[in-house]
Amino acid sequence: MPNILEVKGLSAYYGPIRALFDIDFTIATGGVTALLGANGAGKTTTLRALCNMIRRTGTSVLAGQDISRKPTEDIVRMGVAHVPEGRGTFAGLTVEENLKLAFHTRRDHAAARRDLELVFDYFPRLKERTKQQAGTLSGGEQQMLAISRALMLAPRLMLLDEPSFGLAPLVVQEIFRILRRINEHEKVSMLIVEQNAALALELADHVYLLETGKVVTSGPSSMVQNDETLRKAYLGY
Amino acid sequence: MEFLLQQIASGLTSGAIYACVALGLVMIYVSTDHINFAQGEMAMFATYIAWTLIQAGIPYWVAFGLTVLIAFTGGLLIQRFILKPLEHAPVLALVVCFIALLSIFNAIAGMIWSYTVKQFPSPFPSGDPTGHGLVSYHQIGVVAVTAIMLAVLTVFFRFTTLGLAMRAAAQNPASARLMGVRVSWMLALGWGLAAAIGSVAGMMVAPIVFLDPNMMTGILIYGFAGALVGGIGNPGGAVVGGFVVGVLENLVGTYLIGNELKLTFALVIVVGVLILKPAGLFGRVNVKRV
Amino acid sequence: MAAVTNSWATRRGIGAVAIVFWLAMLALPLLGNVFPSESFDYYMFMGQSMMVYAIAVLGLNLLTGFNGQISLGHGAFFALGAYVTAILMTDGGWPYWATLPVVAILCFGAGFLFGFPALKLESHYLALATFTLAIAVPQLLKHKAISPWTGGVAGLVLDKPDAPFGLPLSPDQWLFYFCLIVAMVLFWAAFNLLRGRSGRAMMAIRDHGMAAGTMGIDTSLYKTITFGISALYTGLAGALSAITVAYVAPDSFALPLSIAFLVGLVVGGLSSLSGCIIGGIFLVLVQNWSQSLSDWMKATFDLRYDVPSWAIYGVLLLLLMYVMPTGVAGGVGRLYRFVAQKLAR
Repeated sequence: MPNILEVKGLSAYYGPIRALFDIDFTIATGGVTALLGANGAGKTTTLRALCNMIRRTGTSVLAGQDISRKPTEDIVRMGVAHVPEGRGTFAGLTVEENLKLAFHTRRDHAAARRDLELVFDYFPRLKERTKQQAGTLSGGEQQMLAISRALMLAPRLMLLDEPSFGLAPLVVQEIFRILRRINEHEKVSMLIVEQNAALALELADHVYLLETGKVVTSGPSSMVQNDETLRKAYLGY
Repeated sequence: MEFLLQQIASGLTSGAIYACVALGLVMIYVSTDHINFAQGEMAMFATYIAWTLIQAGIPYWVAFGLTVLIAFTGGLLIQRFILKPLEHAPVLALVVCFIALLSIFNAIAGMIWSYTVKQFPSPFPSGDPTGHGLVSYHQIGVVAVTAIMLAVLTVFFRFTTLGLAMRAAAQNPASARLMGVRVSWMLALGWGLAAAIGSVAGMMVAPIVFLDPNMMTGILIYGFAGALVGGIGNPGGAVVGGFVVGVLENLVGTYLIGNELKLTFALVIVVGVLILKPAGLFGRVNVKRV
Repeated sequence: MAAVTNSWATRRGIGAVAIVFWLAMLALPLLGNVFPSESFDYYMFMGQSMMVYAIAVLGLNLLTGFNGQISLGHGAFFALGAYVTAILMTDGGWPYWATLPVVAILCFGAGFLFGFPALKLESHYLALATFTLAIAVPQLLKHKAISPWTGGVAGLVLDKPDAPFGLPLSPDQWLFYFCLIVAMVLFWAAFNLLRGRSGRAMMAIRDHGMAAGTMGIDTSLYKTITFGISALYTGLAGALSAITVAYVAPDSFALPLSIAFLVGLVVGGLSSLSGCIIGGIFLVLVQNWSQSLSDWMKATFDLRYDVPSWAIYGVLLLLLMYVMPTGVAGGVGRLYRFVAQKLAR
């Protein structure tokens, strides 16, 4: 299967307000795609629409299966893990409980236990804090926890909404390094929404630029990195 | 001194029952933000089912177990088919819905089993172990059954995956969906459990107050009082609150205001807590963001 | 909600119901002279009850329908009005009409005071507090300390007043007109209140509480006063009820009464004055027909015991929440607009 995700004519609505206008995009299997654009361009909306968290029209096909009308939890069970804006931490549960929640969804508990070890390998800081209330973790740790929760679902596709948001540069570097490892070792395809364009372009091999709910341009990340006019116009640097 | 101990023992027994009702209320509140006004009538209805089973010759504990299962199923079905369609309706519509359920259960109970008061057996031997008239076996039994049930629930919620999923769904439904949890079913399960807990409360109290369709009305508002005292968002607090209110009710009723004002006392607690300390002893106040 | 309620004053279709109702009530006692019959007194009594319940539901509607504060305990104010009247008449020997101003003041005061703590309670908590009030009231009424006045469990029996000024009316006819005059005055007063600035403020508070506050409306004052007025109305209904039924007893003011008011409100239609009349009519009809309905159901389904009005109320409430949440008034309103749109094409 060449493409893990194919989206055609996606429009999304917040009540009567339309936020996305018939956008098309694809994500190659095993690839990392970045979704860039200014504030309000519709990046987070796209991720929410993919998971059917908001009203949407159009088709989304995940590895050959149509997920356009499925409820969020079913899409997740089919292999899509969404690391949401704001991290979505279960503040009242411990770190361990946040991760073990995946056991409810996964059939193969032995595999899930192995993944728990894997996650602790990637993020040793979480292993030190298993019994701590997740709400008391720092921003960076909560981001690690959010990514770990997604990993625990053994996804085929990970959607990440602004993973660098509110984090110190060093922490962001570490997280993006780990994301690359996850992509390469666990073969997880990724769709990353980022404001920090430079960082996203380093990680991604393909880019879509959004502006006010429409795709303005797309191509390999090298193309965007090398095109100064494009960068200045849409990404501000 | 003996008399005081008797009152405290009696208070703890009532407290155990209030704790059960409060726990059911809090479970529904935590997962759905709704106050189930029909909790008492559902418990009463379940108790009548138990009575019918026992009258049919089924041994007590078997009937007990069956009733708990039936109550669980009933609660689950009510959430799925009656409440879920209204999940986005305004508060008033939901309040009306709960009142409707209250009326229907009360009326049907009266219809099937009439309003004549019935006796409900206690599974515990009569008499008291201390020989001084301090506590009866039934009172000890009620507290013991409540304690066992609470222990089972605690284990379920703390140590099983399903319990974890239910807690997650209640705390953060959006994130829970993103973890693949079927949140709607978790809500239905929560209702089922609340109904089951209520049925236990009903079966424990019926031997004391006798079985009639209006048996649970007064107990329900004490359940509210207990839940509010403990903090309506807090299951553990609800249990503590229930016991506190039970003991207070007995002591205040005996020594201060007489037993004919017990319901007014519940009202005072409810209004007092809501005005003075809405978060209760253990809860947190939700600040409304504009 | 706002769309339905903004048009309340202009739903001419429903206004017609109100006009027909008042005219019918005016004519009713006189019909007794034209068509004398034994059961005529009974019809007059039904008419009186409809008016009393309409006023009680109006009280609740002012608070819940027009101002958004949910009360499940209006039976308490009804009881307060009824007992104040009864006590003044039996112990104090007051004439029935003189008790009404006292009831009005006392009930307004009680409602206003209750309105203060209510300010801090969000919708379902207020419902909870008033629910608890409704359950506590009968026990309170039976208490030993006040039974010398209230008559305890047995309650109080009142005398039926005669027509004044030697008017050629039977006591029942006179009482009927008395109720009718009070009802018309109260409805007219409510209509004026709601039509004006106060009404708009009340509804603004219901729809967008925080925004209303930022627009300069003194939300707290409006809410507490509305509570007072609401209690006043339902309390007066209670007083009228005591006078016409000539009897008060604690168990008639238990939870089912508060629930009945809620049913009347929901069936008639929230934030609709005519809905209150429909609600009042509905409650009396159900009470009267529930026995026949119950007999029919017993015969048809071979039940052992009566089907109480509770069951009917409950099922009806549920159905309404799904099918017609705006009540009969809202439903007719929708129908009226639908027809009007068709005709305009």
